[in-house]
Amino acid sequence: MGWTRKILRVNLTTGTIKTEPLNMDWAMKYLGQRGLASKYLIEEIDPKVDPLSADNKLIFATGPLTGTAASTGGRYSVITKGPLTNAIACSNSGGYWGAELKFAGWDMVIVEGKASKPVYMTIFDDVCEIHDAEPIWGTSVWKTDAWLKKQHQDPMIHVTGIGVAGENKVLYSAIVNDLHRAAGRSGVGAVMGSKNLKAIAVRGTKGVKVKDGGRFLKATATAKQVLQQNAVTGAGLPTYGTQVLMNVINEAGAMPTRNHRQVQFEGAHDISAEAMATPRKSDGKPNLLTNQACFGCTIACGRISKIDENHFTIKNKPEYWHASGGLEYEAAWALGSNTGVNDLDALTYVNFICNEQGLDPISFGATVSAAMELYDLGLITKEQTGGIELKFGSAEALVKCVELTGKAEGFGRELGLGSLRLCTKYGRPDLSMSVKGQEFPAYDGRSIQGIGLAYATSNRGACHLRGYTIASEILGIPEKTDPLETAGKPGLVKAFQDATAAVDSAGICVFTTFAWTLNDIAPQVDAACEGSWTPESMLELGERIWNMERVFNNRAGLSSKDDNLPPRLLTEAAQTGPAKGKVNGLAQMLPEYYQLRGWTADGVPTNETLSRLSV
Amino acid sequence: MDDRPLTISVTLKLYASLGIHLPDHAARNEAGVAVPDGTTIWDLLDRYNVPRGSCHLVLLNGIFQPVHSRGGVRLKDGDAVAVWPPVAGG
Repeated sequence: MGWTRKILRVNLTTGTIKTEPLNMDWAMKYLGQRGLASKYLIEEIDPKVDPLSADNKLIFATGPLTGTAASTGGRYSVITKGPLTNAIACSNSGGYWGAELKFAGWDMVIVEGKASKPVYMTIFDDVCEIHDAEPIWGTSVWKTDAWLKKQHQDPMIHVTGIGVAGENKVLYSAIVNDLHRAAGRSGVGAVMGSKNLKAIAVRGTKGVKVKDGGRFLKATATAKQVLQQNAVTGAGLPTYGTQVLMNVINEAGAMPTRNHRQVQFEGAHDISAEAMATPRKSDGKPNLLTNQACFGCTIACGRISKIDENHFTIKNKPEYWHASGGLEYEAAWALGSNTGVNDLDALTYVNFICNEQGLDPISFGATVSAAMELYDLGLITKEQTGGIELKFGSAEALVKCVELTGKAEGFGRELGLGSLRLCTKYGRPDLSMSVKGQEFPAYDGRSIQGIGLAYATSNRGACHLRGYTIASEILGIPEKTDPLETAGKPGLVKAFQDATAAVDSAGICVFTTFAWTLNDIAPQVDAACEGSWTPESMLELGERIWNMERVFNNRAGLSSKDDNLPPRLLTEAAQTGPAKGKVNGLAQMLPEYYQLRGWTADGVPTNETLSRLSV
Repeated sequence: MDDRPLTISVTLKLYASLGIHLPDHAARNEAGVAVPDGTTIWDLLDRYNVPRGSCHLVLLNGIFQPVHSRGGVRLKDGDAVAVWPPVAGG
């Protein structure tokens, strides 16, 4: 158990809805969520499929611990082939939607085909229906959420869906649930938009059964104590959120600034966790109101913020005077340091719009920063930007950009392509700080060597959540390694990647791993699910998933040449901080990484490796 | 507190829950402070009553200082010491 053992398969071309049993042989090998849904996707689509065509599939998948008493057990993932990267895309979200899907009795929903006109779906326990979405097409995530609850007369409904960005197929559009939790990366929202699917509203009234209830409750209670007693998950994250990293990373000289031209931002403190908690000069109130937890979470790192009503972004816009999802570190970096903007309330507003319209704030901010560099170099002018003075540091320009991008209006249409396509169009693809077309997260690979390798080899394009070596290289979790050293990093990256793939397949949040290891997670999975789940088998599970994803990407046409970093990180040395004079040593790390993975020198998993892992 | 002359100027940066230990003239979680020649990191943090057990992440000019270095490394004029309790993000 843990699994409901039921899948909902919806074909939007034909309008058919089918129920089918979960493939338990695959569940035993791939567990759930990321691993299991990736297996389904890979078995069912042509790797070379156009991601925005009807032949691509979109899978919403829970894990066996989703909806259970396990701490953070509210996660679900969206798995598809991504339009930003042309690689496998797997985006993970919290909130309440995933648990609600499980309560309705489903492990996953596989969406196929393309509706002839905009539709939304309802899943109310066993009953799934497809409805006309005409009344909500063209509206925001927030309005869609409110409309669906009113339309179906149930405030307990949980909604996941797209805003106008997904409808307009912005290549980094997100799928947003519960107003401000997002499956944010790789453009999964564009795939949903390409299928003319606006939203999925779910209401479930069933519980989730586990294999051994007594043992499960003991295992989850013990694990919750570990989280509570750990200083990071018990105090640091709930109090300061992820934004506490702003000053840490800046001090370590690893803060990508102005499209990675610099590695330290003079305005970092102005947009940090400490600043969010400090009363503003303008109205005497802090930006941060409170923290918030996702379903079943005992960490509660989420931020709820409110902008000064007289701030230029929302003056005379009462619709934004309420509290909403505040800045996480990655968003604050991408929208702030990377564009040179240090106006905290402006960044909060842009983050609101990203949630409201369904944009990935990382890729959006990084694309704007790349555009700002093109503007700085004179490669684009006001003629292209429609009059926007796109200077680094301009909060006004950033705000105009976000208001155009989701709607695909004016220069927003070009921004919606992502940084690689934008920079390529203007003759400087090297200025796109991306891997496989997906923009970097908030750590500079020159100053933190291992994360550079993690970006280069991430199966979904540049990403920190596929192998968060920052934990070790900067934060000392589980043990400190030197961020400036390349030695040992291939093994570190592989270990993080494999463990994370297992965590992402269980239905829990990767932030638990600041306190938990697989020794804490495996007993919970083992008590919930059939089979034998040990730390060792879960690590092998993670390695199996990683290789499966890699095989898909190789078949999709990607190769070792895509395991690369932009020239800036490889040839332009950091100018300040501990990494002054350093570039990323990818060439020293990549061959060893391939070797440790059991791949050829060209980055292809050997038959022996695939056989060992039963891929 | 020792009474040696305060001949070295350093920047003390205390973040998250440690910010309460900053001197009154601090701004943006940092303060320029004068300390005697030969001051170690622990000496500096003790001077401002920062609990050693809360000092998880200690950076000297951006470079991590393990626990065993904190009592040995002597600060130089212009150094910056930044300290956090256990924190994480991502």
